[in-house]
Order: sequence, then C-alpha cells, then structure tokens
Amino acid sequence: MGKIIDCFKNQFGEGVLSAHENFGDETLVVQKEILLELLQFAKENENLKFDLLMDICGVDYLEQSPRFEVVYHLYSVSKKHRIRIKTKVSAEDCKVPSCVSLWKAADWFEREAYDMMGIHFEGHPNLKRVLLFEGFEGHPLRKDYPINKRQKIPEPLERP
Amino acid sequence: MASVTQNNFLTTKLNELVAWGRKYSLWPMPYGTACCAIEFMGAVDAVFDISRFGAELVRFSPRQSDLLLVLGTINYKQAPVLKRIYEQMCEPKWVVAVGACATCGGFYDNYSVLQGIDEVIPVDVYVPGCPPRPESILLAIVKLQEKISAEAIRPAKQSLTGLKSGGALRGSP
Repeated sequence: MGKIIDCFKNQFGEGVLSAHENFGDETLVVQKEILLELLQFAKENENLKFDLLMDICGVDYLEQSPRFEVVYHLYSVSKKHRIRIKTKVSAEDCKVPSCVSLWKAADWFEREAYDMMGIHFEGHPNLKRVLLFEGFEGHPLRKDYPINKRQKIPEPLERP
Repeated sequence: MASVTQNNFLTTKLNELVAWGRKYSLWPMPYGTACCAIEFMGAVDAVFDISRFGAELVRFSPRQSDLLLVLGTINYKQAPVLKRIYEQMCEPKWVVAVGACATCGGFYDNYSVLQGIDEVIPVDVYVPGCPPRPESILLAIVKLQEKISAEAIRPAKQSLTGLKSGGALRGSP
C-alpha cells in the first residue's frame, strides 16, 4: 500500500473502511461520519497537503445498498500527488457534510451533484440547481429517472 | 420602351404587391447554437450567396429582422429566451427551424433538450439534415418565399397561448 493510504489509516483506523491502489491511483473508502474531519486532515496535514479539490461527483448504484456514492478527487500542487476518497450514501439519508469550508471549489461541484443526483450537502451556503433550471422535476442522472420524461417548459422571466 | 414607362400603369392586388415586396427583402436573424449556424455561414458566403434570394442582410437584433433562423439545439433552459426573442420581432415575421435539433430535438432525446422549437414558437419552414447543407437552407428561403407570396396581409400572430403542440400553426399559410 502506498504511503498516502497508510497516512490516512494511521490517523483514522476503522474510519477507513477499505483502500486500494491501482496503477498509482490510490483510493480510500471512508465512513460518512468522519468524512469532513478526514478531508480537513487531507488538506492540512504537512505530509499530504491536498490543497486542490479537483472534482466531486455522485454515483448511483441503483441495485446496491447503500445506493449512492460521493467521490472526491484531491490533488496536491506542492507534493504532486493525488488521492480519491469515496463515501457511501443511502437513498433514505441522502446527505453528506459540505466541504465548502475547506475548498471554495466545492461550491459548484456540490451544487452539480445535488442538481444531477439529488445528494444533499449539509452546510452548503447556497445549495440550489446550477446547470438545470429552477422548477426542473427530479434529478436526471439518477438511474431511475425515466429516459423519456419531459419537463414543463419554463416561462420567460418577468421584466423588472 | 418609352411608351411602357411613360403615362402607364399596371394593375395588381394590394396583397400580391405587398407579398412580392416582402418575399425579396427578408432580413434574417440567425439564432445559432450549434453546427447548423456554421452551415448558415456557408449559405451567406460568396459560393452559395444567399443574396441571390434577397435575404443577405443578416441582423443580430430581433428588432431589426423579420426572419428568425433557429440554427441548432434548443434546450429547456433556452426555450424562454428563444420565445422572448421571437416576441421582440416586429410583424410580419417568419421562423425557419434549421436542422434536426431545431425541428424535433434530433438525437438529443434526453432530459434537457426541447423536442422541436414548435413547442414554444410557430414555425413556417422546417429544414431536415444534421447539419443541412447550405443548399437546404437556400431551399428553405425559396419555400418561405413561396409561402409569403401566397400569404394575405394578415392579423398579427402575437398571441402564443395554446401553442404547446404547435400543430395548429404548423404549415398554415
């Protein structure tokens, strides 16, 4: 196992549910409860210094339980290393803590994941749709979104 | 020749005279969102030369134009913008839906794309193709001219209510 994974395992122990490494890409699967703490550790630890949040995305495993997964891609500009952090989210309790307080880049990533997948990010300052329009029904990248569903056409905004 | 031009007159119908004037002085406004807009540029250039049909004066303001060319994919989020632009055009006005996307959504049969602009505005001529070649766009201009020449001076079609299906306005003169 790589040094980065060991660093997280030493700090969080059982909080890291599993980890794997493939072609130099290191991945952690972590408990939702320690997610924010772990992300803060990743950002602030002297050996890790993950100062760049590259992406947040949601994944829908329709047949599995828990159904959703939120994936964070981190990069360290100074250390030039990467990590992928995943956490499972259930359909019933479909929320994870927001990490806007750590990286401002998280703002629109979390809004996009909310928009497309319907995953709620608790503590987000402005969690509303970012790509689709207000009044859109449903979350289109969920696997159970009907493929031929049509939306109500939005009206032009009233003149101020 | 002198006897024709001096002290003579022609008789015609007012409708036909107006239509004749309108059809050779179309001022198109391109609403380009995709590759169809590039084909329209081809139609304007010296090779295909849309000015042979009297429609070369491209305007980029809806208030200065009477022919709205919708060139490309229109999604739900853009639909109200397109409708607002159409409403800003002065009567008489015409709309050409260019390409598969504007006519029916094309292969974008998905959650975000409007399945044809006739769900929000009335369309006079549909152009198939993905994208259509410039000849097709020129053919659309000619077809529209045929339609205009058969058209009476008509009441304004400003009201867009009840247009959801577009069926009533589709192909009506």
